[in-house]
Amino acid sequence: MEKLKSLADLKKIREDARVKLDLRVKGDNPEGLVQVKVAMATCGIASGAKPIMDFFVDELDKRGIGAVVTQTGCMGYCYAEPTVEVQLPGQEPVVYGFVDRKRADEIIEKYIKNGELVEGIIPVNYEKID
Amino acid sequence: MSKFRMHLLVCGGTGCRASESNLIVESLRRELEEKGLGNEVQVIMTGCFGFCEKGPVVKVMPDNTFYVQVKPEDAALIVAEHVIKGRPVQRLLYVDPRSKEHISDSKHMGFYRKQLRIALRNCGFINPENIDEYIARDGYAALGKCLSELSPSEVIDTIKKSGLRGRGGAGFPTGLKWDIASKNQAGQKYVVCNADEGDPGAFMDRSVLEGDPHSVLEAMAICGYSIGATKGLIYIRAEYPLAIQRLKVAIAQAREYGLLGNSIFGTGFSFDIDLRYGAGAFVCGEETALIHSMEGMRGEPTNKPPFPAESGFMGKPTNVNNVETYASIPVIINKGWEWFSSIGTEKSKGTKVFALAGKINNVGLIEVPMGTTLREIIFEIGGGIKNGKKFKAVQTGGPSGGCLTEKHLDIPIDFDNLVAAGSMMGSGGMIVMDEDDCMVSIAKYFLEFTVEESCGKCAPCRIGNKRIHELLEHITKGNGTMADLDRLKNMSYVIKDTALCGLGQTSPNPVLSTMTNFWDEYIAHVTEKRCPAGSCRDLMKYSIDVDKCVGCTACARGCPVNAISGERKGPHFIDQDKCINCGACFEKCKFGAVLIN
Amino acid sequence: MRGRMTMETLKLTIDNKQVEVEKGTTILDAARGLGIDIPTLCHMHLHDLNIENKPGGCRICVVEVQGRKNLSPACITKCDEGAVIRTHSPRVMNARRTVMEFILSDHPKDCLICPKSGHCDLQDMANRLGIREIPGQDIAEMSTYRKDTSPSIIRDLDKCIMCRRCEMMCNEVQTVGALSGVNRGFMAVVAPAFEQNLEYSPCTYCGQCVAVCPTGALTEVDHTRDVLRAIVDPSKTVVVQTAPAVRAALGEEFGMKPGTLVTGKLVAALKELGFDYVFDTDFAADLTIMEEGTELLGRLGKYLKGDKDANIPILTSCCPGWVNFFEHNYPDLKDVPSTAKSPQQMFGAIAKSYFAEKINVRRQDMVVVSIMPCLAKKYESQRPEFSVDGNPDVDFSISTRELAHFIRQANIDFNNLPEMDFDRPLGESTGAAVIFGNTGGVIEAAVRTAYELYTGKKLSRLDFDELRGMEGVRQATIDFDGFPLNIGIAHGLGNARKLLDDVRAGRSKFHAIEIMACPGGCIGGGGQPLHHGDSSILKARAMAIYEEDKNKPVRVSHENQYIIQLYKEFLGEPNSEKAHHLLHTHYFDKKSKIIIKQ
Repeated sequence: MEKLKSLADLKKIREDARVKLDLRVKGDNPEGLVQVKVAMATCGIASGAKPIMDFFVDELDKRGIGAVVTQTGCMGYCYAEPTVEVQLPGQEPVVYGFVDRKRADEIIEKYIKNGELVEGIIPVNYEKID
Repeated sequence: MSKFRMHLLVCGGTGCRASESNLIVESLRRELEEKGLGNEVQVIMTGCFGFCEKGPVVKVMPDNTFYVQVKPEDAALIVAEHVIKGRPVQRLLYVDPRSKEHISDSKHMGFYRKQLRIALRNCGFINPENIDEYIARDGYAALGKCLSELSPSEVIDTIKKSGLRGRGGAGFPTGLKWDIASKNQAGQKYVVCNADEGDPGAFMDRSVLEGDPHSVLEAMAICGYSIGATKGLIYIRAEYPLAIQRLKVAIAQAREYGLLGNSIFGTGFSFDIDLRYGAGAFVCGEETALIHSMEGMRGEPTNKPPFPAESGFMGKPTNVNNVETYASIPVIINKGWEWFSSIGTEKSKGTKVFALAGKINNVGLIEVPMGTTLREIIFEIGGGIKNGKKFKAVQTGGPSGGCLTEKHLDIPIDFDNLVAAGSMMGSGGMIVMDEDDCMVSIAKYFLEFTVEESCGKCAPCRIGNKRIHELLEHITKGNGTMADLDRLKNMSYVIKDTALCGLGQTSPNPVLSTMTNFWDEYIAHVTEKRCPAGSCRDLMKYSIDVDKCVGCTACARGCPVNAISGERKGPHFIDQDKCINCGACFEKCKFGAVLIN
Repeated sequence: MRGRMTMETLKLTIDNKQVEVEKGTTILDAARGLGIDIPTLCHMHLHDLNIENKPGGCRICVVEVQGRKNLSPACITKCDEGAVIRTHSPRVMNARRTVMEFILSDHPKDCLICPKSGHCDLQDMANRLGIREIPGQDIAEMSTYRKDTSPSIIRDLDKCIMCRRCEMMCNEVQTVGALSGVNRGFMAVVAPAFEQNLEYSPCTYCGQCVAVCPTGALTEVDHTRDVLRAIVDPSKTVVVQTAPAVRAALGEEFGMKPGTLVTGKLVAALKELGFDYVFDTDFAADLTIMEEGTELLGRLGKYLKGDKDANIPILTSCCPGWVNFFEHNYPDLKDVPSTAKSPQQMFGAIAKSYFAEKINVRRQDMVVVSIMPCLAKKYESQRPEFSVDGNPDVDFSISTRELAHFIRQANIDFNNLPEMDFDRPLGESTGAAVIFGNTGGVIEAAVRTAYELYTGKKLSRLDFDELRGMEGVRQATIDFDGFPLNIGIAHGLGNARKLLDDVRAGRSKFHAIEIMACPGGCIGGGGQPLHHGDSSILKARAMAIYEEDKNKPVRVSHENQYIIQLYKEFLGEPNSEKAHHLLHTHYFDKKSKIIIKQ
């Protein structure tokens, strides 16, 4: 470890460290953040949900979007896996099916960034899953 | 993946470690490695979450799932179900005792709902052995702010305006204390942290040091800057090995970063901290005794004045605050005095940590705004009385405090209200008693503690407390008289009036407050030779209701002293001369024929 | 800037009386200035020696200060401007009484057979406060401890009231560190580390703890019955020697004014008690000067020739407490003190050789008793190196206090005794010997003789005022005919430590140093009548000693006719082989002796 010689040094360490702690800070206070839940039951994993989740984790971070990415169990749309539930702050959650990398990218760019709905919405009488 | 997607926070406080939480960490890490998730999911050992009753605690982030009473063998399940498949493990979730609902977000639990964590802000959140995590939470920013933007007197002023009062017991205004120490001129001054936590059941200081040691180090450096001291000492009891270890790690890391040592942030201000170990004497929590102990002398108090701010460690001006007080300082600097003073009551600002213990459902460590009522703490946060029993009293302030009753439940708790009610804040111990507790025995219990912990320097405390204890023993044995009660009162007042230090001056409080609030119980012991709570063994008398007795002989067979006689299928009798009041017959009888009076 | 400092003063009211005191004055002193005697128990202030014990532990002196929540201990609470204080309000009186009852409830009630009976501060206080019963005594447990007997001191800690005076003496004044508070709460008591026996501690037996103990917790080992047994044994010739400081203090035990010299009555009393020969340790003090003075001149001669092994400074070795102290703490310096035995032991050695031969008594049929102001002398007399075939040179050493008891037991009306003179030959002494009893006295006596022997000239003045006084560490330079002899003096072992540290570090400028273990020297010894915290008593004794010196016809040791005769008939000359054999000793490293014994 290098000695901190100034407040700027402290700030730099703080910024680096915050990235690592981000997950906890956001998880502790998810209100006001984009919440992405990837269904990760056996069906989801078999359909490739894992790389999709990794994609969301990495890309949201890279693109500087304050979001919480968690997993959830089977939502019952096994035919449409991988499924991803996205909830924008103050809005009802939306579930997307057949999410591949391309669609995931679209979801981030269009829905999350601009609120434009993207293809693949599973139109259901949706109830929030805890 | 470039980044962990999930953090598993495992409580590494002393309580949870005693329940093998370190094995949970190992098991989780092993399971994750086996499943190839070592790079995705990070296991972090944190400080105490406070909900010790339900420990060991594991918290999954960012899902915000709070697992309770986790065993090392549950690790596989958590990884397979939650980490891989995103399904919370229902079995490990907290179940609300009333609604029977499973609750995964701790914020929705009764235990946490009313809490506001300032001193404990980082406990159970960060890895205490990683300074970066502390820095991520604005750690050392307050020190930086003080050194770069504020003059020492401005720092003191901020603390004064915040209204922070010492969390160690007496509630002396912290800013004023710093002010006095800053005004006493000397070549060398000292900043001392009192971590000699000694109240029975209280462990908030330990938790802060185990869970967030840097907050104390940072605050001490701030104090050093404002009073003009370059040397800090933490007096910590050697029975806190984990806290000591975490402090050592923290001090080493802070030194490596140059946050302790010469010319911090290149400002020319130097400050360093060393540890001093106490042998665990309660009286060494008294600041003059603490200082003597640090000097290598017998841990005995001396008369004040002189106060440590004038003549303390090695005769130099010394500021002594306790752990919880220091832990609140950096936040006050960062968030401003206005923020802090907006919390709490008129004369007691901020929050206070309490250690809930006794006959209460949720034993643990809580932090609430000043002004929260006892009712909220005991019945909402604490989850009420164990086994559906009736609340009888709560002892606040440890052995120096007093017993409060039903009628005090709605008083907003702060330093002054507790004193007015006949008790005190103390370090924040809260021991809850139910209808089965005999208040004379409770007073005796606390006196036993003070008799044990008195240093023996002054006669009233050394001998007087012993005499009080003996007299209480006498009364609980059914040998007391009304004159004894007078004598008890007189001895209590004289000890309060004449003892040398705070320990002795407050030691009779449990007697006086129980006498005030439960006078009837004293009278019953003395005049009727009866213990209304049914807890004084010597005052119990067992007999057999011949109408109910079926002659099963279970009682006679269970009696360890052969005091019960009777024919099989005939009524039995207890020989009172032989009976030792052990209660075995009462336990054995299935027909309710054994009576107690 | 020098000149009269204007003291800051403040005004306050005590028991409705106005008083103005210097800032910093305690309530106790302010009240005493008004003639209000607030009772104290643990507090002790030896003004002249600058020794004060004020732990604030007994809480007997509590008073009511208006505006303060609790009662305040008068001994340590400083006066505030405008304070209103009540020393005997009902609240105070009740508290004081209750606290006293606490203390007495944990104190044995065997006053009748307590060695301190009649001299006990606790007994006096119980009497003063009119305590007639202890409520709850029937259910009160007492703290009890193992009794510890050492060669000099008995510790009966059941009687300890935790006043901490002994601890303060042992640690702050003497820096011996044998005694300190141990245990907690009800079992707290003052004891050596790990509650070991005193014998296994670094105790020097100086007896200052005994001298200040307010109760019977610390007392001397009593040898009076052994002495009586020897006196009544017709086969024994019992010889007694009395130390110089005894004559200046014994009178106090019989109601005389402190500082009353009772030399003649002392001799008469000892004769009345049945001792066969009543001699004077002063004789041996003169002998000590001959031996030690010669040793000093010998070392000085070497030193002046530039001999690096000259062993300068020379340290006196008369005081057994001091000898014990350096054996424990400065064993590396054990070659620095004079090898001369103490006067007590020189006397014993001469009595059981020279004198025994003279009166034709076998060594084993002679019993030598010493009357000493000292408790360490008891231990010293039992050192194995001071015996021949198991027969000690001095059989019993008893203190001034024991002698007083002995005299009372024998129905002797001390005050009306005639003045009698010591027997010859071992009863003759000079003024130089008498002043051994005061701090600075040994070195003054040595200077008188060494000067005359060194310069071959007669001294024009014999009173060396520069060597006298009560200052803890003193220094003076005496002109030895052109050679400036630097002298250091310390009394109290804490002061001795300061000089010793300099010697050890090689920065001492002294040629000769006198050290006495007890504050004031032997007049303040641990075996003297109790001063009960009044240091003016010690001053009065010191004055008496100098007066005796002044009144002596001969005031330099080398002119004592009987000393001259002793050398001529028996020893040859000072530091001769025979003198070395009988009158000199060697020292031991006792550091390793501090052991923990299970």
